[in-house]
Amino acid sequence: MLEVKSLTTTYEGLVAISDVSLSVAAREIVAVVGANGAGKSTLLKTLAGMERPASGRILFEGEDIAGSPTHRVNMLGIALVPEGRRLFPRLSVRDNLRLGSYLHRRKSDREAPLDTVFKLFPRLAERLDQRAETLSGGEQQMLAIGRALMTRPRLLMLDEPSQGIMPKLVDEILDSVRTIREAGTTVLIVEQRLAETLEIADRAYVLQTGRVVMSGPAKEIAGNEDVRRAYLGI
Amino acid sequence: MLSAANIAQILMSGLLMGLIYALIAAGLSLIFGLMDVVNFAHGEFLMTAMYATFGLVVMLSLDPLILSPIVAAIMFVVGAFCYRAIIVHAMRARTNVGMVQVFATFGLAIVIRGLAQFAFTPDYRSIPKSWLGGQTFSVLGVYMPAPQLAGALASLIAFGALWLLMKKTDFGKALEATREDAGAVGLVGIDRNRVFAMGWGLGAALVGLAGAILSIFYYIHPDVGGPFALIAYVTVALGGFGSVFGALAAGVIVGIVEAVSATVLQPSMKAIGIYAVYLLVVFLRPRGLFGNL
Repeated sequence: MLEVKSLTTTYEGLVAISDVSLSVAAREIVAVVGANGAGKSTLLKTLAGMERPASGRILFEGEDIAGSPTHRVNMLGIALVPEGRRLFPRLSVRDNLRLGSYLHRRKSDREAPLDTVFKLFPRLAERLDQRAETLSGGEQQMLAIGRALMTRPRLLMLDEPSQGIMPKLVDEILDSVRTIREAGTTVLIVEQRLAETLEIADRAYVLQTGRVVMSGPAKEIAGNEDVRRAYLGI
Repeated sequence: MLSAANIAQILMSGLLMGLIYALIAAGLSLIFGLMDVVNFAHGEFLMTAMYATFGLVVMLSLDPLILSPIVAAIMFVVGAFCYRAIIVHAMRARTNVGMVQVFATFGLAIVIRGLAQFAFTPDYRSIPKSWLGGQTFSVLGVYMPAPQLAGALASLIAFGALWLLMKKTDFGKALEATREDAGAVGLVGIDRNRVFAMGWGLGAALVGLAGAILSIFYYIHPDVGGPFALIAYVTVALGGFGSVFGALAAGVIVGIVEAVSATVLQPSMKAIGIYAVYLLVVFLRPRGLFGNL
C-alpha cells in the first residue's frame, strides 16, 4: 500500500531523516519506534505533505505523492493524527468531526463514519457541543483520531497518540487502533512507548538519528536486547 | 445648546455613516482574522469599486443601487485574484514574512492607485443622477439622507449574510477552522489556499458593496480610498483585530464619535475625535473592544 524509498528530509539545513525506506502492506499495523529526536515526527509529516522531502519517493498505491500538499495527500486516502493533535480549539467537537468529512459531498458518506467514531469513542458523543479546547488530553486525542477517521482514510498515521495522556487512557487509545485495523484501515504508528506499541503492531522499524537501523516483526524487535539498550535507551 | 432633536440628529447621522464604516472595515478584519495579513490596499479596493460602479452606470445606464451586487461580485473576483497572483507568493517568503506581506499589499495599493490615475486622470467624478442621490427621509424631525440610509441597510444585510455564512454553512466552518489553525486544515482535506482566496474575495466584495453605495454621494477619484482606509484601520483596531462582528460595533462607535466631534468642535475637525478614541483604546485595551488576541 505504502512504499517509501530513500526518503530524506532536511529541516532548516539539518538532516532530520536520511535515506529512510519502509513499506506498509494493506491492513497492517506498522510501528516506527525510536528515541526522542530520532526523526519519527518528521517522517510522518513528510509522508503527510506537511514537510517537503529533499529527495526520495513516496508511493501510495502506486502513485508518487512526495511533495504533494497535505490536502491532496488526505484526499488520496492518507490521514495523519499529528503531534500535538492540532484540533480546532474553539470549534465544537461536532464541528471538528464534521470538518473531517467536509469534502464528502453525499450525505450518507458524511454520516456513516460518525457512527464508527462514536462506537470507538462513546464519550465523544456525550461532548458534541463542547469546545474542543475544554476536553481532557485523552479526549482530545480521541477527537483527533475521530476527525482523521471522518476523512475515511485507507491509511491512518498516528504521531505519538500517548503523549500527554493518563496511562489508563493510553491503553484505551491503543486498543482503538486495533479496532480501527480490524475495520479495514491500515495503520502506521509512531511512538515512544516501546512495549505497548510493539504489542499491537505487526512489524516495526527502529529509527535512530534519522536512519532506519533495524526492522522486522514487532515481536522480534520487542525481544531484542540490543534494541532496547542501544536504540531506545531503556 | 443642543436640543434633544439635535442630539437625535447627530446620533442618527453617526449611526448611518458608522454602519457604512463597519461595512468597509469588515473585509479588512475578515482577511486579518483569517491569515494575519493587513491589507494595505483596502482603500484602493474601495476606490476600484467606486470606479467600477461609475463605469457600469455610464455603460448600462442602471442605478448604482441595482449595480451594487454586481460590483460586489466583480470585487470578489478582484480580491481572489490579488490573493492568487500576489499574496500567496508573499506568504512563501523565506525570511521576514511579516514585512514582505506589508510591502506586498502596500505595493499593490500604489499600483492600483497609479493605474487609476493613468486610466481615469486625477479628476473628480460623480454620478450625476441616481434614484437616491439628493433624497432625504425624515422621521419625527430626524433627517436621513437616502444614500446613507441605503448604505446602512446594505451593511446590516451584509453582516447578517456573513453571520449566516460563518455559523450555518460548511464553508463557514472551514473558514473558522482556517482562522484557528491554517496549518491543520490540510489534514482534513481542505486546501487552505482556496479558503484564503475565498477570504480575500469576500473581503473585497464587502468593501465593494460599500464602494458602490458611496459612489452615489461621494466624489470618485484615485485617492478617495485613503481616508476611508484610515478609518477602517481604526475601526478594526477598536473592534479587535480579526473580530468581524467587533468591527460592526466599532464602526457604529466611530461614526457616532465623528458626528459628535463635528458638532462639538467643528466639521473640519471631525476626525480628531476618532483618533482620540483610538489612542484611548490603544492605551487602555490594546486588543480592542472585542478582540481575543
